[in-house]
Amino acid sequence: MDFLIASSTEDLCELLAEDSTRQLLAGGTDFMVEVNFRHRDISGVIAIDRIEELKQWRHDGDSVLIGSCVTYREIERGPLSTLIPALAQSARTIGSPQIRNAGTIGGNLATASPAGDMIPVLLALGALVNIRSKSGVRQLQVDELITGVKTNSLHEDEFIESVRVPVLRGPQEFLKVGPRNAMVISVTSLAMVTDIDREYIGIALGSVSASPCRSSEAEHFISENIDWNNMTVPSGVIENFERLVRESANPIDDHRSSSAYRTHTIGVLGRRALLRIFRLEN
Amino acid sequence: MDIAQEFNQYELTVNDSRYVISGSWLGESLLYVLRERLGLYGSKNACEQGECGSCSVMMDDVLVCSCLVLAANAEGREIKTIESVADGNELSDVQEAFIDTGAIQCGFCTPGLLVTIHDFLDSNPEPEESEIKEAISGNLCRCTGYGRIVEAVQLVSIRRSRRDT
Ligand SMILES: Cc1cc2nc3c(=O)[nH]c(=O)nc-3n(C[C@H](O)[C@H](O)[C@H](O)COP(=O)(O)OP(=O)(O)OC[C@H]3O[C@@H](n4cnc5c(N)ncnc54)[C@H](O)[C@@H]3O)c2cc1C
Ligand code: FES
Ligand code: FES
Repeated sequence: MDFLIASSTEDLCELLAEDSTRQLLAGGTDFMVEVNFRHRDISGVIAIDRIEELKQWRHDGDSVLIGSCVTYREIERGPLSTLIPALAQSARTIGSPQIRNAGTIGGNLATASPAGDMIPVLLALGALVNIRSKSGVRQLQVDELITGVKTNSLHEDEFIESVRVPVLRGPQEFLKVGPRNAMVISVTSLAMVTDIDREYIGIALGSVSASPCRSSEAEHFISENIDWNNMTVPSGVIENFERLVRESANPIDDHRSSSAYRTHTIGVLGRRALLRIFRLEN
Repeated sequence: MDIAQEFNQYELTVNDSRYVISGSWLGESLLYVLRERLGLYGSKNACEQGECGSCSVMMDDVLVCSCLVLAANAEGREIKTIESVADGNELSDVQEAFIDTGAIQCGFCTPGLLVTIHDFLDSNPEPEESEIKEAISGNLCRCTGYGRIVEAVQLVSIRRSRRDT
């Protein structure tokens, strides 16, 4: 059993190359729950939460590069919250102040939960994930990284170094359904982002399929009906839009919700986000 | 920081005292070590999954659930627990306010709430009620219904602003 504290990304590359069975510990909010309940066998652990490079973010040009150990707390307020408002909205719905002080964006991606609240936003924005190991760096789309319920395509010696998130000009929304306002895992969630310059709308859904997914049909349909100059949408298309959002979901029944309720609420979230961003044409 | 640290012995700094922890299991949480190895029973254990906040401590001035901190990874960090909130027999103003408003029933949630509220009021001395509710949303109380806890926070805020003027 060994416990190691990585001090830089180079260190981390070496430590993983040396023994790739070592497990990474970031904020611990998923990791330690599994350890406490004996659902995770640990023989070697590398703490990555003191690696300065991973705790930084920077705004360059038309995107933000967010280190994997940036916490929700940092995302939910300050400059990041105005650069990527939907990501901040999502961060603010996660857990509690204690959880947001510790939990990281890299941990949320690596855990790859269907209910991971960062994921729909990153999908809708078309974020790219930078993955690193001693042998080099590669870049994946979010849906290439996340391969199923709590599974990802990282090789054993790789780690998530950072996430490249486009900064768009246009309103964004993240909405989530759950039994109370704090400390809830999403029953359903939806992210909607717009890019006024490219006349683009991105929509992604959480907790309604094995992994968060894009709602491509609904995106195509609605983008053809939006009046981008006036930021309006005709009332006649809302119902069809809501149906397309519902149809892109493939939910299951579980202890948190029935699939019928998930299907219903995801449509409601779609309409609500749309009408927060666009006015109804009259 | 030296990367290769001997796991089975490490040092913790808790409430300004240093402790050497040896012969422990790698997976022990900070909460477990505080309670079972250091005899600091103020931090409570109710869920071990970050849901209840009764184990809240400050780690390098950041409020965290100690059940979600790997104890060995707290080495080199300043841990402050509920045991450091009162100054000897002198209660802190938040503790006084809890007594004055009757914000304690069984008391199980109280240590975690006190740590949380001290942290919150340090960064937000004159909070709105909605901000108070958000700040304590990670601390479950099964007895009080929270009304008096919110009142206690408001009372501290008022008392501090009077004291400062
Ligand atoms: C009480 C509570 C409430 C929660 N509420 C929510 C919620 O509302 N929404 C939500 O989405 N999540 C929620 N979570 C889950 C959790 O907070 C997130 O998934 C968090 O983002 C995990 O990040 P972490 O830094 O804590 O990761 P850790 O727990 O440290 O690690 C999680 C996993 O990711 C791996 N990992 C971490 N960083 C990297 C990296 N850089 N590269 C490769 N692998 C890595 C670890 O090895 C581990 O397998 C909650 C958790 C708790 C305890
Ligand atoms: S015991 Fe840590 S949050 Fe409940
Ligand atoms: S006073 Fe009993 S749990 Fe809060």
